[in-house]
Amino acid sequence: MPSSASPSTHRVTGSEPVGPYTLLRLERGGLDPGNPGQFFMLEAPGRLLPRPFSLCLAPPGELAFLVDPIGPGTEALCGLGTGDEIAVLGPLGCGYRLDVDRPLLVGGGIGIAPLPYLAEKLGGSPPVVLGFRTEEHAEAAALLPGAEVAVDPVVVTELIGPGFDVMACGPEPMLHAVAALCPTAQLAWEAPMACGYGACYGCVVEIDGALKRLCLEGPVLDAHRLNGHVRYLVPAESAGAVSR
Amino acid sequence: MRILNASGCLDALAAPDVARQLDAFVTKTVTPLPREGSAPPRIAETAHGMLNAIGLANPGRERFLAEHLPRLRELGPPLWVSVGGFCADDYAETCSNLEDIEAIELNLSCPNVDEAADSAAEIVAACRRATGLPLYAKLSAAHPDVAEVARAVAAAGADGLSLINTLRGVALDRRLRPALARGSGGLSGPALKPVALHAVTVCGEATGLPIVGMGGIESGRDALEFAACGASDVALGTVLFADPGAPGRVRTELTAACADAGVVNPEDAAGLRKSPETQRKVPA
Repeated sequence: MPSSASPSTHRVTGSEPVGPYTLLRLERGGLDPGNPGQFFMLEAPGRLLPRPFSLCLAPPGELAFLVDPIGPGTEALCGLGTGDEIAVLGPLGCGYRLDVDRPLLVGGGIGIAPLPYLAEKLGGSPPVVLGFRTEEHAEAAALLPGAEVAVDPVVVTELIGPGFDVMACGPEPMLHAVAALCPTAQLAWEAPMACGYGACYGCVVEIDGALKRLCLEGPVLDAHRLNGHVRYLVPAESAGAVSR
Repeated sequence: MRILNASGCLDALAAPDVARQLDAFVTKTVTPLPREGSAPPRIAETAHGMLNAIGLANPGRERFLAEHLPRLRELGPPLWVSVGGFCADDYAETCSNLEDIEAIELNLSCPNVDEAADSAAEIVAACRRATGLPLYAKLSAAHPDVAEVARAVAAAGADGLSLINTLRGVALDRRLRPALARGSGGLSGPALKPVALHAVTVCGEATGLPIVGMGGIESGRDALEFAACGASDVALGTVLFADPGAPGRVRTELTAACADAGVVNPEDAAGLRKSPETQRKVPA
């Protein structure tokens, strides 16, 4: 749990399109931006349950989240305007370990969300490779200047060279492919979550051979911990964005 | 009026600051053997509610007693242990192993596992023989006559009732397949509140037992409505997911809701509902 057990209310400071996605900026208030790969539960206006988002950017005084409008909750978040307020809880979960020698950031689709903040925290402009399914989605690569970009039918794993400490986030098939190529990779996974702090037991996946809560164990896990058994996650048509 | 959590809606060891806001912490249901629970996906949001099919995931009686219970005792809030099983002896044996807790809640109504072969009253009777601790029977409002079940468990020795458990439901995804891997799950959240208020009303009138009311409570006003229907205590479930600060907030709001209703204590609200000018019979 974060230092406060209660969510706090945060004002929207801006909302801008990034390709088909929306970058939602909130006043930071007293929240700690946390480690890259950790996540926040954002109130989805009009919905019962909040939605989990990793932090995309941490500009001074702000927290920014990349939202893919693929369901009623994410659509409500994309519809927020400057001055609106939502409840936020976080940072939650375990993010990326930053003590790596040769980082390579690998992102797919909306899975690029945690990478700008990760790149900032690593410092020194780490190399980045990104994969998108359309040119429109690839416009989001602007969040990571200098990134090498693959657009379907080219897949991002074709851009991964040997010898890197891979830190990845993206749809489940991409993460499996990255894990096969780079057994030591750190991978950020997704699962439906009602609470984000271990209360609902809804986000379990098979970790270290048993069903465990992704919100507490992850969402970033060393590749070997999944044992290739994340077979239950999201249907393919919505892979890479469980926050609907 | 005490504020508890609904069983299975909070892991006090993962979120001790949330548990410490409660007047008592109710554990996730403990079964004789460990259970990994249902395959994911386990949850789905619905209109004004959510479905879950967690499937009584728990470490089993032995590990719970040896590892979890001692750590829970260190947290502070009084403990209620939720007990589950698949026959009366399962429940009774767990009860006989429990001591130094405030109460036992018998989960007689999980919608995500096969039902026990024995009736609710048989299970309560077996547990009554096994323990002197207060026994609360958690019932389902899915029964055609929940008041009749309440009378039966009261006659079997229950000291109180926990009302209500989730109701079985189904949600479909965009391809019209069940959203949950198990197919069906238990519906919780605000959609449940009218059903819960009815069950509390008729079971209270049928038995006179103390009742922990739960089902869609989100605010102090909601808690006061349960008190008006006869609940002596309330439990928070789904609201904890969106607002882990809910126990403290609901307690503060309850004071304001009492003032708005012109009562000093939540319990006095039961008198309002029964006052001559407002009394209408609630059919069982």
